[in-house]
Amino acid sequence: MDPSSGDLAKAVDARTPLPGNHSPADTPGGIGSDQMKVQTMKLKASNVNFFYGGFHALHEINLQFSANKITALIGPSGCGKSTFLRSLNRLHETIRGARLEGTIVLDNENILAMNASALRRRVGMVFQRPNPFPKSIFDNIAYGPEINGMGNHQHVAELVEQSLIRAALWEEVKDKLHQSAYGLSGGQQQRLCIARALAVNPEVLLLDEPCSALDPIGTAKIEELLFTLKDQCTIVIVTHNMQQAARVADYTGFFLMGKLIEFDDTKKIYTTPGKKETEDYITGRFG
Amino acid sequence: MRHFDELLEELRAKLLEMSGLVQSAIHKSALSLRERDLSLAESVLKGECRINQLELDIDALATSLLALEQPVAADLRFITAAAKINNNLERIGDLAQNIAERAQALLNEPRFDVRVDISQLADLVESMVQMALDSFVKKDPQQARRVLFSDDGVDALRDSVFAQLIDYMKKNSQAVEYCVDLMFAARSLERIADHATNIAESVLFMTEGVDVRHHAHAH
Repeated sequence: MDPSSGDLAKAVDARTPLPGNHSPADTPGGIGSDQMKVQTMKLKASNVNFFYGGFHALHEINLQFSANKITALIGPSGCGKSTFLRSLNRLHETIRGARLEGTIVLDNENILAMNASALRRRVGMVFQRPNPFPKSIFDNIAYGPEINGMGNHQHVAELVEQSLIRAALWEEVKDKLHQSAYGLSGGQQQRLCIARALAVNPEVLLLDEPCSALDPIGTAKIEELLFTLKDQCTIVIVTHNMQQAARVADYTGFFLMGKLIEFDDTKKIYTTPGKKETEDYITGRFG
Repeated sequence: MRHFDELLEELRAKLLEMSGLVQSAIHKSALSLRERDLSLAESVLKGECRINQLELDIDALATSLLALEQPVAADLRFITAAAKINNNLERIGDLAQNIAERAQALLNEPRFDVRVDISQLADLVESMVQMALDSFVKKDPQQARRVLFSDDGVDALRDSVFAQLIDYMKKNSQAVEYCVDLMFAARSLERIADHATNIAESVLFMTEGVDVRHHAHAH
């Protein structure tokens, strides 16, 4: 403290409101802090409502995802975060009676008007439990490029190697590429699934609780991997592990009962959240 | 009550105990100076040990809460504010000890009839510390702001005390040692006010999430 604090009183009076007082509803596009507005937006959801038959699961979600950033979606079970994640590459269409209203735009292109396979090539998904195909490690990765006609055998082999390197798995599997993927540990299988998603060069990677079935070492490897991958793609991760969101995400959105309560810089959410519901949830005083 | 809330309550209770000891130390040291009371000065010196021990205990508790509970939001702000307030309280304890030592030294020196506003300075500083700690207990940012506004008054009084003492020394060279002791005591009181200001800043961070240190918000 500077003892000659003559200007302090004036300075205290002139303080600006907390950025966290902006809510998604306050700001167009659902963006919180001002600094986020300068980011390039990769994916934008506007007025998204989602229904499972007669059940209204998501209410007027407005959310933008910055390019080459990691965005975490947090919230209690059943809050709609996974439903929202799945809608970002239209996986909900595989569920009978599910219906999406509103618009979701990928680089100014309405995803609802795109070919679903083409969309899923650009927006990949990694699930909660590792789900390798009952094939060799090599074939797990080669499958995507091959069915998408991405070059000859030599090129596919290069893609397999690159994908495994990008997923930080190459060194561990390079000598057993033709062994069954089921022989890998849980953490390795999950990185294999990430490598499989990366093989078709997605622009956006969606991860639904990717570490929930992994031990701390496997979790740490995936988190480290996310930091390296964000230079190459935009990442959206759903997690129940709030410390994980705090560690890896640039931005965090908090969902509750199908509504986006708050969306802001992760640092802001975890130090000075703008909404009481967010504060109650992340401090464990929810309900 | 959740286990985590019990630990937060323990942290708060320890900090309140330390606050009480530190406030008492300031009061006794200022009184020992004013009343030339050796027993009060000695009591301050004796109490320093407990304050130091509490500082260690609070630091250890705050560190373990951060490491083991991984607090966020208001809990995180409370624990980090508590750790900073803890350090400021310990420094205030040291300064009260310095004042008590000066009071002891003054008792061994010939007395001079120096008319300075040191009692007024001590009263203002005590009230600032009281206000800062009240703002912490009541989680009251408005009260914390009033502490910040008071600091200029303390600086002005210190300057006035210094000027009075320098003036007296110029006229009475045999009173230099006596006046220098009083100057150090006045300086310690003014530094206590600075720590009260730091505590108020921590309360503002804790309650509103704003960082007003070094006029940070103005940039």
